Amino acid sequence: MGWQPSAKLDTLRARAGLLGRIRNFFASREILEVETPLLCNAGVTDPALEPLTVERGSSIAESRFLQTSPEYAMKRLLASHGQPIFQLAKAFRDGEAGARHNPEFTILEWYRPGFDHHELMAEVAELVRYCIGGRELHTYSYRQLFRELLSVDPFTATVAELQALASSRIDTGTLTGDKDLWLDLLMSHVVEPQLATRDMCFVHDYPASQAALAQISEVDGVQVGHRFELYVDGLELANGYRELTDPAEQRLRFDRDNLQRRDRGLAQRPLDERLLAAMAHGLPQCSGVALGVDRLLMLASGHADIRDVLAFDWARA
Amino acid sequence: MANYSTNDFRSGLKVILDGEPCSILDNEFVKPGKGQAFNRVKLRNLNTGRVWERTFRSGETLEGADVIDLTMEYLYTDGEFWYFMEPDTFEQHRADEKAVADALNWLKEQERFEITLYNGAPLIVTPPNFVELEIVETDPGLKGDTAQGGSKPATLSTGAVVKVPLFINQGEVIRVDTRSGEYQNRVSKS
Repeated sequence: MGWQPSAKLDTLRARAGLLGRIRNFFASREILEVETPLLCNAGVTDPALEPLTVERGSSIAESRFLQTSPEYAMKRLLASHGQPIFQLAKAFRDGEAGARHNPEFTILEWYRPGFDHHELMAEVAELVRYCIGGRELHTYSYRQLFRELLSVDPFTATVAELQALASSRIDTGTLTGDKDLWLDLLMSHVVEPQLATRDMCFVHDYPASQAALAQISEVDGVQVGHRFELYVDGLELANGYRELTDPAEQRLRFDRDNLQRRDRGLAQRPLDERLLAAMAHGLPQCSGVALGVDRLLMLASGHADIRDVLAFDWARA
Repeated sequence: MANYSTNDFRSGLKVILDGEPCSILDNEFVKPGKGQAFNRVKLRNLNTGRVWERTFRSGETLEGADVIDLTMEYLYTDGEFWYFMEPDTFEQHRADEKAVADALNWLKEQERFEITLYNGAPLIVTPPNFVELEIVETDPGLKGDTAQGGSKPATLSTGAVVKVPLFINQGEVIRVDTRSGEYQNRVSKS
């Protein structure tokens, strides 16, 4: 049985240095560092996220969820104090393991009251440059990117058109699904690999069906979610929103997630009533983003496999 | 057989895909940010040797294939089938022409081969990386020509034809790399 670490000592030093730089960046902007519980009463409803659960213990009456991100707790802090905040924490996502995923990973999440998503994108770019050096920046809307790389309008194309396009590029076997499945497949298999040669790329304004927790509004005649993703050398690094603040709309989206979960044969998730109560009290207009710190370290230290930047990867934990 | 989820897919796992036995070569977990997760899987179709790259939804399952690899001794052929024996149990198996295709040039009696059994029947016969075979026909050797380059065809006891250096003679035993079909060295003089 191998007891040795997965990462080399110089990579561990690079990790410590990176964490220090991140804290410097936020300290210089007077953004408050916070910590919130890892083990939570409510999990996420997102059908594409599975939390790990802790089933027993004398301190817990019901099973608790290890956080998939600190988003809900941080929004409760925002509703209470309205201050810009950041957090460096561990997050857990069941079933996500591979060269770019470890089920336990380090997440950097921050919130900016008063920022729209474009202002936050600019700050994300500054942080990334501060941590890994100068990079050329490109910004595309989701629509623009699909038009350029796939000659298709992701907002108006039909399911059949997207399925035909995906099947002409990828062996899709027996895959079936809704429009988002085909868009996700094209994004991950055809678009993302082509971003590898474009340095630092923001993709923003996703189809409303992929808005997650972002505000939705009409842009050029279509409903878009004000969500963005950052790719550096083709590696997906961060996901952010101009945050939804309306508690009624939030409850609708949670319910819709649970319906989708039911259709896919997944367990129903209890809603985070504390988050909904905080939003009813009033979440300030803000933008927030989550960034994968292990992946940032992969870029900073030139590693292509996440296992090489973790002291102990999932198999050795 | 058991079912395997994409999370269990490891290199070497044998599964059934589109009714064909396959060996998994590579399994890449792919997720577009917030979206749905996929597994991009490379598999070798054991029937045709063709490599597939197919994308599955994460968590999807495939049926395991009853495929095992055993080492067996080659016995003989009756022209239609080729017979192999498990050395421990003396159990015999017969392989058809398709199964022995890659090994046909190197089939030597009593030599050990790796036999891939699918549902109990030979699917692939894999020769050892190196075999030693006798030359049954080649032009006479040129004395003293051991250093110079140049080669000539030689027919082996199995019928295979390989290129050998000019100094090699009929009746000699040579070592051949079965993966490239190339002469390695002379093993003995007759």
